[in-house]
Amino acid sequence: MLELKNVHKTFFPNSINERVALSNINLDLNDGDFVTVIGSNGAGKSTVLNTVAGKISPDTGTVNIAGRNVTRLKDFKRAKYVGRVFQDPMAGTAPDLTIEQNMALAERRGMSRGLAFGITKAKRLRFAEELELLELGLEKRLSAKVGLLSGGQRQALSLLMATFSKPKILLLDEHTAALDPERARLVTDLTEKVVAEQKLTTLMVTHNMGQALEVGNRLIMMHDGEIILDVSGEEKSSMTVEDLLAQFANIKNATVSDRTLLQ
Amino acid sequence: MTVTIELGLIYAIMALGVYLTFRILNFPDLTVDQSFTTGAATSAILIANYDTNPLLALGAAFIAGALAGIITGLLHAKGGINPLLAGILTMLALYSINLRIMGDRANVPLLGTDTIYTWFSGAGITGWTLILVLAVIVLIVKLLLDWFLGTDMGLGLQATGDNEEMVRSFGVSTDAMKIVGLSVSNGLVGLAGAFIAQKQGSSDISMGIGLILIGLASVILGQAIFNNRFVTRFADTPVGRLLFGTRNREVLMATTAVILGSIIYRAAVQGALAVGFNPNDMRLISAIIVVAALLIPRWRVRRKPAKAVQTPASNSAYKETTDVRA
Repeated sequence: MLELKNVHKTFFPNSINERVALSNINLDLNDGDFVTVIGSNGAGKSTVLNTVAGKISPDTGTVNIAGRNVTRLKDFKRAKYVGRVFQDPMAGTAPDLTIEQNMALAERRGMSRGLAFGITKAKRLRFAEELELLELGLEKRLSAKVGLLSGGQRQALSLLMATFSKPKILLLDEHTAALDPERARLVTDLTEKVVAEQKLTTLMVTHNMGQALEVGNRLIMMHDGEIILDVSGEEKSSMTVEDLLAQFANIKNATVSDRTLLQ
Repeated sequence: MTVTIELGLIYAIMALGVYLTFRILNFPDLTVDQSFTTGAATSAILIANYDTNPLLALGAAFIAGALAGIITGLLHAKGGINPLLAGILTMLALYSINLRIMGDRANVPLLGTDTIYTWFSGAGITGWTLILVLAVIVLIVKLLLDWFLGTDMGLGLQATGDNEEMVRSFGVSTDAMKIVGLSVSNGLVGLAGAFIAQKQGSSDISMGIGLILIGLASVILGQAIFNNRFVTRFADTPVGRLLFGTRNREVLMATTAVILGSIIYRAAVQGALAVGFNPNDMRLISAIIVVAALLIPRWRVRRKPAKAVQTPASNSAYKETTDVRA
């Protein structure tokens, strides 16, 4: 479903700040894979996500989604295949638009946008049904501005918007990191539910090792722009946070971030 | 009185264009200062030299203005030029183009030709009847803009000014949206220019200078007056719902406010003239009106800090962000 082949990316090449962000990354996701990505700060996790989303264009290598080479496709064109939830709850929705307007925008992912009414009765019914799944009561507030919602509500809505138009790939960039534990739990549960129901191929970056082990069927650890651990199935489910920390310790000069240690 | 309202209504078409870029797209577009003249010049030269139907001349003015907007849009979206600079560049270039359109003259008189205004007076439409006719025209423009902003494309455009990153992640080309928005906006400005040219019986190279200020004044005045609890509450009553609906209420209320703002601005100018200022002071007065409309709401916040966070919007947003960080 998603294939990264020999992807290499250097930031600020030929300057004093030159930094290899991705070094020869090879990654192959099967249809329905739910992969969690962990690693220290600057390991290249977000760069991988941005490369898949088309925000960053790799120096060499190719990105294939569902058998199509999308390496040179711009981010907004690639959006047809890729759904995304950002870390910042404010980033995934348009605050001045209403809930239903946001959903109407999301619903037309990758489709042409013409002069048909953005909001219709039929759409309202459909959106209300979708929102009921969140169990946040948002279905009764369709014409409320999204800017009025709480961070957790906005992130849940972002998740719904990113997924209900069935993207080929779902990218989650620490999407629970900015929420308090209770809301993070809610959004994590929703994520597992939605991904399982729609069998979405998912790449989720997280700083929370417990979460990385708990959800998904495959785990990737990155360091210095390389994938240094790739476990799935049985092997993954039998791993513990201690095992992961031991892996980290094995890496020469690895600096585990404070946030990671807290988990 | 009638002249004030009449001018307010015609300039409201221009102000709706400014609203589209300034508020919806969040793009301070200075093209307006000359695209107004482009519209006026196009319609005047078509009527004076080519005996064009005045209505067609209005249509041509819209298209000419829209083309100017597209150029600013291309400079910004494809050329990566800063929005303000892109607008200024197009505005400067248009000065020469406008002179060319008018046959290398600084003005085109419309003496003894048919314009929509001679039609109106021929049909006995003057005074309050004329205002009614103009009000209907402005209302049609407003409704078209409301409708456009409520379509799938319009939602993409609104979101482009709101959260560019997000709207790109749903497959909207923000470049295309900005170009569309700028072209519609400057088209409306050109249309207003053509109306003014036909009204005053000439187009003039300097007629658009300083216009952005009038547009901004109308948008900001309208908003200053409309952004209060009474109007927000009214919008929730059955009558309010009937007027503004629920699907695209923000826009419907804002465009209404812009039209009222335009008329109020004219009234303020008339008031200034009545108390003894002379027409040369108008730019200064316009600027003062804009500054006042921008600052007075802030002063209100400072005077009553308890009330300032009373709106449900800021209140809940504030609470939630503190929650999240806790």
